[in-house]
Amino acid sequence: MIKVKLFATFREGRQKEVYFDYFEGIDGKYILDKLDIKEEDVAIYLVNGMDGKLENPLNDGDTISLFPPVGGG
Amino acid sequence: MFGYAGKILRVDLTSGTYKVEALNLDLAKKYIGGRGLASKIFFDEVDPNVEPFSPENKLIIATGPLSGTPVPTGGRYVVVTKSPLTGAIACSNSGGYFGAELKAAGYDMIILEGKSDKPVYITIEDDKVEIKEAGHLWGKLVSETTDELKKEHGEKVRVLCIGPAGEKLSRIAAVINDYDRAAGRSGVGAVMGSKNVKAIVVRGTKGVKLYDEEKVKDVVAAKIKMLRENGVTGQGLPTYGTAVLVNIINEHGIFPVANFQRAYTENADEISGETMTRDILVRKNPCYRCPIACGRWVRLKDGREVGGPEYETLWAFGADCDVYDINAVAEANFWCNEYGLDTISTGTTIAAAMELYEKGYVKDEEIKDDGYSLKFGDAEAIVGWTKKIGAREGFGDKMAEGSYRLCEAYGVPELSMSVKKQELPAYDPRGVQGHGLEYATSNRGGCHVRGYMISPEILGAPQKIDRFSLEGKAEWVKVFQDLTAVIDSLGLCLFTSFALGAPDYAELMNVVCGTDFTPETILEAGSRIWTLERLFNLKAGIDPSEDKLPKRLLQDPIPEGPSKGHVHRLSELLPKYYEVRGWDEKGYPTEETLKKLEIQ
Repeated sequence: MIKVKLFATFREGRQKEVYFDYFEGIDGKYILDKLDIKEEDVAIYLVNGMDGKLENPLNDGDTISLFPPVGGG
Repeated sequence: MFGYAGKILRVDLTSGTYKVEALNLDLAKKYIGGRGLASKIFFDEVDPNVEPFSPENKLIIATGPLSGTPVPTGGRYVVVTKSPLTGAIACSNSGGYFGAELKAAGYDMIILEGKSDKPVYITIEDDKVEIKEAGHLWGKLVSETTDELKKEHGEKVRVLCIGPAGEKLSRIAAVINDYDRAAGRSGVGAVMGSKNVKAIVVRGTKGVKLYDEEKVKDVVAAKIKMLRENGVTGQGLPTYGTAVLVNIINEHGIFPVANFQRAYTENADEISGETMTRDILVRKNPCYRCPIACGRWVRLKDGREVGGPEYETLWAFGADCDVYDINAVAEANFWCNEYGLDTISTGTTIAAAMELYEKGYVKDEEIKDDGYSLKFGDAEAIVGWTKKIGAREGFGDKMAEGSYRLCEAYGVPELSMSVKKQELPAYDPRGVQGHGLEYATSNRGGCHVRGYMISPEILGAPQKIDRFSLEGKAEWVKVFQDLTAVIDSLGLCLFTSFALGAPDYAELMNVVCGTDFTPETILEAGSRIWTLERLFNLKAGIDPSEDKLPKRLLQDPIPEGPSKGHVHRLSELLPKYYEVRGWDEKGYPTEETLKKLEIQ
């Protein structure tokens, strides 16, 4: 199972958390495609809290966090 | 004279008189204005060893050359004084409308000196300046004071004032303008209180002269377009305000919980920008000429509509106290604005008190008459203690001194999560190495907005760099600190820097003021300002051994979450930082550097 956490405007019309069944080779690109999110709209892509690359294969149990461009404090 | 108003209003509170002086334009251009020029004047006029609450300390309220012009976000002003919290030179910075109004009245800055023997307030209507008796305002909350002064002087005036916290010399008291905008940090409100000045009322109708009006129009339009098209300033901040950071910082595992004992929580979403927008947001609450409009207007539980909490505030009263009740945090924020308290230092001082209680240093006996607990997670308590701190009642009197003095009183100053006695903001530096170096070297003590390394290390602006790596961090921190000094001196908002860079700031300065800055020379001015502040602090006895972080952040690895296992590696970063600054290995600026920056 892959847990995907969505933040900010990515929540519009979607759930806060979405789950994907794990299969060998599943990656960030596949997940974005299924969620109908464009790659260029993603500002921060984290795999278990670390910066990830969309094309890298994921592991079973990974948590993904997706953010659009966001601000400072 | 273009951009600058050309005049300084100097008020001697001891004699109750004032004079208007001409601005030294050469000096102004060398230090830009705002933070830079005010710091230079302060440096030249005030003994660094002055006692912060003595009449000999001065308090400067300064605008920048771009304040009050059509340049986007040009509404800012700074407050420069010697801080009663840190003993360092303080420069607190605020938005809203007061800064632009002061400039339109024809003043680049106000210098308050001496001490009035009774409460007073100052009114400025263009050339007409009066010092008036303020006995009827003393003790009043910020909204009461502002309402009363608007009733007396007209709806159009802009009001800057202190609340009861500043009057009672709380070392974490803020100066508040326009009801809910704060020059928050370093206890500048208490210095104003020590001078018996309750408020400054200003109305300006003169406007600001521009060097090349046509060009200003074009350049401003281009910069507004850049701000609108940038993801952060055009989308993230306008939609959710600064609160959008709650989930981002937490997901990276650098969201301090329970006085920095942990750095990740499953409950962050309860106090996030997304939740604020869904549950309590009424509308945006923008500052002067700002296309970003990150300020929020929210509805409290009792129906009152007030200025909303920023990211830092949501964290300080929220996760840092292990509280995840957005209504309680919004209410604590409201009371900070009313009493005139810095939200970061107030929330984190409560968090430190909670740890003192948890570890048994503060006993039930000491707080039993106050009616509030000091248990982590108590939402009612954060609101209650905020009011007690503002009024200096009961145990709140001790907390009003800030977390360092509070923890020191119990023999455990290391439980204060502060640098140079000023409380750290909402990012655990163990998981952002550059940002930690920024905390340790900040000239005003623990602070995130002297060189916001979260931008490259987390948000990826202007480019993404590895947050755990030490490589290049000293150089990054220097450039960010210098650029920030430039922005604070121009009179613009730091948030513009998500979209604009040194070439843009030089261009804006030049079309407004007729100067000939290049990106290099404007950054050099930033470096000059930074180094001058450093010199003041060294002369004030804050030696380089104070460039440090709390022991916990250097020794105890983050216990859980995405940044688990990391500590901050300050000792590996500092030598390089001193080197890129042109300081000797002990952290003192070299003669050569001072000469190069034309400081002495």
